[in-house]
Amino acid sequence: MTLAGPYGARTRRALTPYVLIAPTVLLLVGFLLVPLGSVGYYALQHRVVNEPYDDAFVGLDNFSRMLGDQQFWHSLVFSAKWVAAEVGLQLLLGLVLALIVNETFVGRAVARALVFSPWAVSGVLTTGIWLLLYNPATGVFHQLSEFGLGDPATSVLGDPDTVFPAVVVAELWRGVPFFAILILADLQSVPKDLYEAAAIDGAGRVRSFLHVTLPHLRDAIVLATLLRAVWEFNNVDLLYTLTNGGPAGATTGLPLYVAQLARKSYDFGYGSALTAAAFVLLLFCSVLYLRLSRFEGRGEGVQR
Amino acid sequence: MSADATRLPAARPAARSARGTAARAGTGRLLRLFLPLGLYLLFTLVPFYWMLLFALRPAGSTALLPWPVTFEHFDTVWNGMGFRTYFTNSVLIAALTLVSVTVFALMGGYALARFAFRGRRAFMLALLCTQFVPGAMMLIPLFNVFQLLHLIDTRWSLVIAETVFQLPLAMILMSGFVKNVPVELEESAMVDGCGRLRAFLAVVLPLLRPGIVAVGSFAFIGSWNNFLFALMFLNDPELQTVPVGLQTTIGENTVDFGALAAGGVVAAVPVVLVFAFVQKYLVQGMSAGAVKG
Repeated sequence: MTLAGPYGARTRRALTPYVLIAPTVLLLVGFLLVPLGSVGYYALQHRVVNEPYDDAFVGLDNFSRMLGDQQFWHSLVFSAKWVAAEVGLQLLLGLVLALIVNETFVGRAVARALVFSPWAVSGVLTTGIWLLLYNPATGVFHQLSEFGLGDPATSVLGDPDTVFPAVVVAELWRGVPFFAILILADLQSVPKDLYEAAAIDGAGRVRSFLHVTLPHLRDAIVLATLLRAVWEFNNVDLLYTLTNGGPAGATTGLPLYVAQLARKSYDFGYGSALTAAAFVLLLFCSVLYLRLSRFEGRGEGVQR
Repeated sequence: MSADATRLPAARPAARSARGTAARAGTGRLLRLFLPLGLYLLFTLVPFYWMLLFALRPAGSTALLPWPVTFEHFDTVWNGMGFRTYFTNSVLIAALTLVSVTVFALMGGYALARFAFRGRRAFMLALLCTQFVPGAMMLIPLFNVFQLLHLIDTRWSLVIAETVFQLPLAMILMSGFVKNVPVELEESAMVDGCGRLRAFLAVVLPLLRPGIVAVGSFAFIGSWNNFLFALMFLNDPELQTVPVGLQTTIGENTVDFGALAAGGVVAAVPVVLVFAFVQKYLVQGMSAGAVKG
């Protein structure tokens, strides 16, 4: 475009992209990179905010404390179970839902809007809604028992045996639309002639799904599950407000454990060590997942 | 992105001609399509209905229809429990976040889509890497930074934190939208004597409307829903936001379910309105940005 332009114009053109990304770079460095670096620093310190006289460099003490901390291991196991259950079920239900609302039928637009709507709802609001549903005095179990089904005193959130499925269902309610929206977006880019070719070759509905649709969705699914796994691992809002990690720590994941350390005991040193460990763990799992799934990086292919 | 628009008119006549075989396909479609859809709609809508029911019927009522309707619970939360203040704060913070995320995403997205510059790949990689930073676990270090800058107990702390966490994905999405605008349009405007900025404002920006709507509404919804940052960075109740107000309602009133439900409705109305407005752009936005990159 400005190939034959004067020297000044060429320099300006070379500088333009840097000027455009400068605010973002500044924000990310100041409020993401620097804080992250400070996590690494504090992880090697003994630092409890209300006992400042004890502050000292302690080397890897926080990490050896972590390895012996029963609650750390419990929270890690819960986080793994939570992420596996949420991502697995959200993917399955989201895929089915996307396939359904991708069909042509009367009222499709309304159906889409309705089934996608919980996507916009916050974790705290989800808690409010599901508390009303789960509460023994006001909930659906109370209502069902009036129709003669089940025990009116069922308190699914107070019982260590039922609390896990109960919180998983509440999060599914608002989590499934994410997958449904992403998969629906990708379904619409499947070339129609592929289906026609499959039909000519005598493939039925199931076989054309397995051999045309799924391979096409593959990269989108890998990327969506990875983003969602990280997101669900970090999801604190719902568990913090719905169960506060209880009963008896049964629903305390690692991020919630750290948030509780930060807010209750002000143990910033140990909390930072746990944060650093979680960050390394997430990065390791993500790279492993991308390797194992042989992600081809169509989603990352910036240059077209 | 235009795939949906071009496909729909073609699909309609096809559906019409298929009406002849509808009787045979009817039972199959019922089992395959409408039964699971109906069940899922039930799972989605019953919780919403339950909240409306408790918000609209008088305390102590056990009716399954909100009749007679009462607005006493809304009066309680709006005037008695401070939701008027929380609502104003949330709107202010979400609006500022929307503006800053959209403007920075436009600038950076345009740079990523239109320029080949040194460090572009590294920058892109950095944007993707931010998605692995545990937001909930940045509470302690971010608190320290904000304290240093005297931003604790100001609305700016939330605007900045929200912008930082939403900007990377918003920018990747936006660069996808910019790429979908043919570069020739811009070049011809520049040949006609427009500067790059004028060519962008006059030619590209109007075509980016769907992208701006999608990115802006994501930013608004994300900021409106944020809970932990407000809990950690704001102490003054006069500055507090709706999710924290709602959590207070949950914590204090184990008995007043009407107030809890009414607070929930207040928290839901803005995002539901935004969602209703943008949901048709949502699927397009995802296919233009997130997946194609």
